[in-house]
Amino acid sequence: MVELAALSALSLVMLSLGAVAWGGGARISGLVYGLSALACLGPGAAGIAILGGVPPQMLTLPVGLPWIGAHLRLDALSAVFLILIAIGGAAASVYAIGYGRHESAPERVVPFFPAFIGAMTLVVLADDAFSFLVCWEVMSLLSWALVLAHHRAPEVRSAAYLYLVMAAFGTMALLLAFGLLAGGNGAYAFSAIRTASRPDSVAVAVLALVLVGAGSKAGLAPLHVWLPQAHPAAPSHVSALMSGVMTKVAVYAFIRVAFDLVGPLPWWISPALLMLGASTAVLGILNAMMADDMKRLLAYSTIENIGVIFAALGLALAFRANGMTAPAALALTAALFHAFNHMTFKSLLFMGAGAVLTATGRRDLDGLGGLIHRMPVTSVLTLIGVTAISALPPLNGFASEWLLFQSILLSPGLPQLGLQIIVPAAGGLLALAAALAAAAFVRLYGVGFLGRSRSDAARDAREVDRCMLVAMTGLGSLCVLAGIVPAFVLDALAPAVDQLTANRLPQQMAEPWLTLIPVAEARSTYNPLLVFAFIAIAASASALAMHRFGSRALRRGPAWDCGFPEPSPATQYGAASFAQPIRRVLGSQILRASETVDMPPPGDPRPARHRVTMHDVIWERLYLSVARGVVYVSARLNGLQFLTIRVYLSLVMGSLVGLLLAVALWH
Amino acid sequence: MLLVVALAPGLIGLVRKVKARLTRRRGAPILQPYRDIARLMRKEAVLAENASWLFRATPYLVFAATWVAAALVPTFATGLQFSWTADLIAIVALLGSARFFLALAGMDIGTSFGGLGASREMMIASVAEPAMLLTVFSIALVAGSTQLSTVAQVMAMPEVGLRVSLGMALVALVIVAIAENARIPVDNPATHLELTMVHEAMVLEYSGRHLAMIEIAAALKLLLYVSLIACIFWPWGTAREEAGVGAMAFGALAYLAKVATAGVALGVLETAIAKMRVFRVPDFLGAALMLGLLGTLLLFVSRSL
Repeated sequence: MVELAALSALSLVMLSLGAVAWGGGARISGLVYGLSALACLGPGAAGIAILGGVPPQMLTLPVGLPWIGAHLRLDALSAVFLILIAIGGAAASVYAIGYGRHESAPERVVPFFPAFIGAMTLVVLADDAFSFLVCWEVMSLLSWALVLAHHRAPEVRSAAYLYLVMAAFGTMALLLAFGLLAGGNGAYAFSAIRTASRPDSVAVAVLALVLVGAGSKAGLAPLHVWLPQAHPAAPSHVSALMSGVMTKVAVYAFIRVAFDLVGPLPWWISPALLMLGASTAVLGILNAMMADDMKRLLAYSTIENIGVIFAALGLALAFRANGMTAPAALALTAALFHAFNHMTFKSLLFMGAGAVLTATGRRDLDGLGGLIHRMPVTSVLTLIGVTAISALPPLNGFASEWLLFQSILLSPGLPQLGLQIIVPAAGGLLALAAALAAAAFVRLYGVGFLGRSRSDAARDAREVDRCMLVAMTGLGSLCVLAGIVPAFVLDALAPAVDQLTANRLPQQMAEPWLTLIPVAEARSTYNPLLVFAFIAIAASASALAMHRFGSRALRRGPAWDCGFPEPSPATQYGAASFAQPIRRVLGSQILRASETVDMPPPGDPRPARHRVTMHDVIWERLYLSVARGVVYVSARLNGLQFLTIRVYLSLVMGSLVGLLLAVALWH
Repeated sequence: MLLVVALAPGLIGLVRKVKARLTRRRGAPILQPYRDIARLMRKEAVLAENASWLFRATPYLVFAATWVAAALVPTFATGLQFSWTADLIAIVALLGSARFFLALAGMDIGTSFGGLGASREMMIASVAEPAMLLTVFSIALVAGSTQLSTVAQVMAMPEVGLRVSLGMALVALVIVAIAENARIPVDNPATHLELTMVHEAMVLEYSGRHLAMIEIAAALKLLLYVSLIACIFWPWGTAREEAGVGAMAFGALAYLAKVATAGVALGVLETAIAKMRVFRVPDFLGAALMLGLLGTLLLFVSRSL
């Protein structure tokens, strides 16, 4: 099985090389995307086989470091993420067959795309630190190249630059983490790292470094700043892949190290992780609520979901450190399930945004509106996506959040007072994030798709082609299916959870009516299948009854709007006006939002202006001061470039002596 | 299940009657909401020109989601058929679904009122929903379950007694119920004035049978919250699932008495206080949020508080 997965990944890389050889132009873009969708079937099949009960498999490739080679291993955890990459990759590829036709610079996208999926597959398969880091860096660089596809726009260039800096920083942190893990004798294979024992201080340092490395890729605050710039800058199918899948590869890296490689961890790191996750969630969704650009909004919402996943992981670590394996299994299941769900609906929503971009050429909410009439299929699929991501039953977003809340309710059993205080606070923050997500996506859908068209481009929009719709339909039905029959997904996740927490949820498929019973029947049950059926029956029965016993007459007339509606579409609620109440309530502190009104005096014909300013505190305080420090230091050190040869020689001499002295003292 | 639908407009009528009597008016009869709904059902529906399918489907969806949620709350007996379908968290989320679609429908026509109502409703919900969930947490921690039937049975036991955390949860839940049902002081269900409208602004474009569905759904939601508060904090008289016909009948009578009491109390409250400014509402709900959090924290620190 691992051979199949590796072969598919390598064929994806070869496909990229082939695309380069063929010139990578628009001619072959459909072919390349089609083949890359086919190649995604391999890892998917391998992952399903492993979760189906095939034992873990290893493979050593004769590449990489001499005499060592590259080790690959496919176990249950890799299999879960392999399936995730395969589904996301295949959907993005199918979508791209249609989307790529409208690409202005296909030669900058097509050659990198298959190799990007291949590199992500290999990261998940890697079984030694060296091949892991190489694949990780290849993945980062390829995605950087894809972000830079439309390099003529200055904001794309600055986003790509920021991404490159952050990616390099993250990889450096991972490098140091693996260096600490390998210890003095340089055992870089994961099997050797797993068996080695290390003191608590080293384990905590490793965890902190991995949190920086994986967290900066996933978008954990305060390392998230690049994400809302870089993800929207890429072409939409790449955005879907980066937001939906690449952030999950980062989650995989964190789970692999924290739950598998590093060994037992002290309990007190989990409250930090919980709080970090919960505040990332609130910060992300609050920014999403304020964003005017559709893709930027989605990128901020990715930050929220990553926060939710990391909070669940923190909870799982807390339970595991106290030996409570059953609640740990529940929290980890919630995290993995949410990762899967986020892949489905975030990819779907980015594709929906891409479809709107194709049809109208715009992605600012205030230039859209009324698309439900012009793009009926895209609108229905996007509606499924926004309902799922807002954690509303009976779709899949709610199922995973429900599991997370259930695991929070198990936490009074934790012995430490610190955790007992942090957990309910984090639960409150997560509930706030879920409620804000609903508001943010009502805003996205209500302003973007409903109402009257705010521009000519939106008024003349046409439905997109079949390939794009097929890919979105696939993801949309996954959202519905995973929401209605979550028992199936949870049972599939069980081997991976068992591998990491030595416990698993009771088998869910065996319950009558496929009810979810994570702990015990008297404690909590949720049956999405019946909820869905009841809603469907009640809605259709009430509609039938209304038409049978009431009136069925229907008349179209002008809108009422309490009297005299103004025909201009500018009088509708727009993106900024919809966000105003929440901006005023929550944004005034966290985002330091302020409004200024410039009202001209009577007689002055210039228009009145209402301006909103917001500050990104993290960017201004943390990043700009670091940047200022770097500029300051390099300006100081600039003088070193203009010295005479004598000074250089004495500098070399001095540092040599200093180093030798240090070595001598060390021994 | 049909019982709650039949009873819900009556509760609205009762509240209106109480308010009218308190302001020395005679008021419409308690059965008036039933007549209103029947009248709306018979009228033709007028749709705005650019209304989409979502606008037409929403009333039925909202009604269905609210009805399923209301049917899951034990009224006069616990352990009803299918009560294991969803727990308290799912009930909160079902109400969230109903609100989500109603807000979308408010945005669908593209009028300023619809957007105003939708954006304010989502603002209120974004504070009310976490408050509600934290309240659910503290109740679940006392009862050891989020399953409403189990919660009601645990609460009926004498060992539970008076607790600080439950008192906080009760106050928080009442505040959330007032906000979620668009009652004074958060919103005024009886006006059409732009400064005071939230819920009414959102459904302004609805007419005929669609409006009837939305009115029934709103009434159901009020009854749902009353039943919820009654079954958690006042489980007196609620029949067990294995009880006989006599106990069931007694439970039904007790339930009617509780609903009537709640209706009178709501009427008195609405007459006694004034409507708040919209931007004062988050402070009001923030109090509920803090109470919910405090209650949960107390329970985490000590199980007996």
